[in-house]
Amino acid sequence: MTEDLDNVTEHTVDVLVVGAGGAGLRAAIQSAEESAETAVVTKSLLGKAHTVMAEGGCAAALRNVDERDNWKVHFRDTVRGSKLLNDWRMAEYHAKEAPDRVRELEKWGATFDRNEEGWINQRPFGGHEYNRLAHVGDRTGLELIRTLQDKAVHTDDLDVFQETTVTKLFKDGGRIAGALAYDRDTGGLHLFQADAVILAGGGFGQCYKYTSNSWEYTGDGMALAYEAGAELMDMEFVQFHPTGMVWPPSVRGLLVTEGVRGEGGILRNSEGERFMFDYVPPIYEGEFAADEDEVLRWLDDDDDARRPPELLTRDVVAKAIHDENEAGRGSPHGGAFLDISWRDDEYIHKKLPSMVEQFEELAGVDITEEPMEVGPTMHYAMGGVRVDPETEMTNVPGLFAAGENAAGLHGANRLGGNSLSDLLVFGKRSGEHAATYVEELDDAPAIDHDEVETAIDELMAPLENDEGADPYDLHEELQEVMDEGVQMIREADNMEAAIDQLEDLWERARKLSVPGGTSYNPGWHRAVHVPNMILTSLAVARSALMREESRGAHVRTDFPEKDEEWGDVNIVIREEDGEMSLVTEPSPERPEKIQEIIDADPEEVSSEAYGAKEVMP
Amino acid sequence: MAAPAETTQADQPSSGPEEPPRGGQATFEVWRGDEDDGEFETFEVETQPGMVVLDAMHEIQADQAPDLAVRWNCKAGKCGSCSAEVNGHPKLMCMTRLEDLEEGPIHVAPMKTFPVEKDLVCDVSWNYEQNEEIEPFDGRELETPAEKEKGEFRMQQEDLDRVQEFRKCIECYLCQDVCHVLRNHDKYDAFQGPRFMIRYAGVEMHPADDGDRVEEIWDEGGIGYCNITKCCTDVCPADIEITDNGIIPMKERVASEKFDPLAMLWQKVRGED
Repeated sequence: MTEDLDNVTEHTVDVLVVGAGGAGLRAAIQSAEESAETAVVTKSLLGKAHTVMAEGGCAAALRNVDERDNWKVHFRDTVRGSKLLNDWRMAEYHAKEAPDRVRELEKWGATFDRNEEGWINQRPFGGHEYNRLAHVGDRTGLELIRTLQDKAVHTDDLDVFQETTVTKLFKDGGRIAGALAYDRDTGGLHLFQADAVILAGGGFGQCYKYTSNSWEYTGDGMALAYEAGAELMDMEFVQFHPTGMVWPPSVRGLLVTEGVRGEGGILRNSEGERFMFDYVPPIYEGEFAADEDEVLRWLDDDDDARRPPELLTRDVVAKAIHDENEAGRGSPHGGAFLDISWRDDEYIHKKLPSMVEQFEELAGVDITEEPMEVGPTMHYAMGGVRVDPETEMTNVPGLFAAGENAAGLHGANRLGGNSLSDLLVFGKRSGEHAATYVEELDDAPAIDHDEVETAIDELMAPLENDEGADPYDLHEELQEVMDEGVQMIREADNMEAAIDQLEDLWERARKLSVPGGTSYNPGWHRAVHVPNMILTSLAVARSALMREESRGAHVRTDFPEKDEEWGDVNIVIREEDGEMSLVTEPSPERPEKIQEIIDADPEEVSSEAYGAKEVMP
Repeated sequence: MAAPAETTQADQPSSGPEEPPRGGQATFEVWRGDEDDGEFETFEVETQPGMVVLDAMHEIQADQAPDLAVRWNCKAGKCGSCSAEVNGHPKLMCMTRLEDLEEGPIHVAPMKTFPVEKDLVCDVSWNYEQNEEIEPFDGRELETPAEKEKGEFRMQQEDLDRVQEFRKCIECYLCQDVCHVLRNHDKYDAFQGPRFMIRYAGVEMHPADDGDRVEEIWDEGGIGYCNITKCCTDVCPADIEITDNGIIPMKERVASEKFDPLAMLWQKVRGED
């Protein structure tokens, strides 16, 4: 690079990973182990990424608790949970490879809870046929991220740039060439010449007011990809976790792990009724306990007893809590009661220690004595960057995506526990394939100097503009628009109004103004994030308006039923002539053998006769 | 537990109090400045029921000081980013409720032990450097046929409990902040601090770890500098018994393996160094 950019620190790497959560760290470790010079940038300090908040566990058919489990049952559960809309090949890789990724973490020092025989213990979770989630109490994400962090800092060829934000991707002749980033502490600029970039930036919970997501979740990865010409997919599917805290106001949205229900937590309405028995949808008919007595037998490890209806998939439970409130049977602050207090105190302390602490310290509630008040909270983006299922590469050569940043594995609804396994499986795959891509490149792409200067001007503008919109105000307005128009329950009028408002916000966000300098200036940081959040929200709102049916997490009052015509298409978004273009594309067709597994009875898929260990076609 | 249990609330329904017990407004004196210079600046904030100190900092950012530097992530006590000194006590701002603080203006200052970058944000990079120097987990080979078939270590939960306690650490560095050896005596080059004693304990006591870090814990770790005042344990938001369960057993191990004359003789006989 020339002297004009002498205030920019330049780095030349093979692979740049954006994000140091589970997917980013696993990708970076793999890429470096394949001998690619790798840099990972993270907006936070190392080890603080959103993965740290994951509580319940990591789904993998280890067969340690229930030998009837195997990858096919996990695969079947994932596809059915996605309401048949995910990419079956990703689901196949995921189910097959998750056990090895979990065992590998153990070899790197992770300390998963044990079962009585001394193997990794597995807990039940919503939508999983058998006990499947490897876990560490209710702090599984912390264990995952600390293990990966310690592995990463002792891996050669891997550099970590902490508190650094990527603002722009560059291309050379259509291929990825690198990225511009700035240091949040000092405001210093970094230019990464990188032959491949892996986006592992998570989701976009900050577009909503009530969310379980940390501040980092501002849709950066989706926005960077879109602006670089990559495609987004399934953006209408936004998971509202059924159990967030609802009181006091300051903690509204904070996650209450599904592990509470896995350990026997009961959902009741204001009339004391255990309402989930009434909400079993046809696709799961006959698979859940019929009454409390059967639930008790299930908790006692009776193999013939079926799971409690509280362990239905998240879309179903969240909608049920909403419907109970509509019917006037909600809790005082618009949620439901979740009760684990009937279990032994010591057991609750051992299995759900951070829930005990969270409620005691933040709500003054002793969950070993009284019920929690919970309600839906924005939790996860099923949609994201469209990738090739095997390599995780986008339609832009050299640009990869993994984890929540990518789309495909979860379709219309994600099963709890399938996120941590997603991070590990596709983090590794993306790292491996990015390294291979770089290895096979004939010539290194180069970054266009002028583009860097333009990107720097854009980044600095809010600090230099005398007049312009306040990013804090725009962010608050954005959250109101999304809460009003594109929440869990949707209808055309509201979404159309939301889109108009979002377009207005987009215009106003072209000129932002913040006081202060470049040194650790949260106003400036927000000015970088706000356009990403608006862009992502537009993608969500437009996709949600386009899909005229209800499926999984996408619920419309004007189209309350599933529509078969929508059952095998995904909505794909790409930039065309400066405009956001939405098209429907057919979902990958499922071969007959695959369809058989999905349709089969779980016991049937479990049997060795069915070929539980057989390799897929 | 960091905050005393609110006995008055235990009997109330889960909806909690409707009115903020602390009153409608609170005064905050927040440290503003950089590594060279700074002072406390006063802000008035409208309170809400259940409000925590971090909420108040966000209110200040949104309405009064958009460039107020605060480091945070999860706002749920899980990531350990928002460490600060609230009324002189090392705390996670996200877990410190206003109603648990004494009446009067609330003082919020950055951690004293680390250099200030800006306002409430400290440069904690020294801690990351220490972690890189510590010998990581060194897993043994899988031994029995059952282990090899499973691909897992066979470990009993009782044997893992002790290590899992140390693995609860969220790296908030509040223990480092209060440690006299670092805070008052600046022995950064001699003692790695309680956080990293716990990191050593987490690998050294792991039932499947083959490493031996006794020399390292004494030499680089500087465990001898700890004089067991337990200040670290008192402030740990993850309730880790840092001193009793981590540092003291490791001091004993170092003493018996490194300084016990019989053990030293035995090592010589066996040809170990």
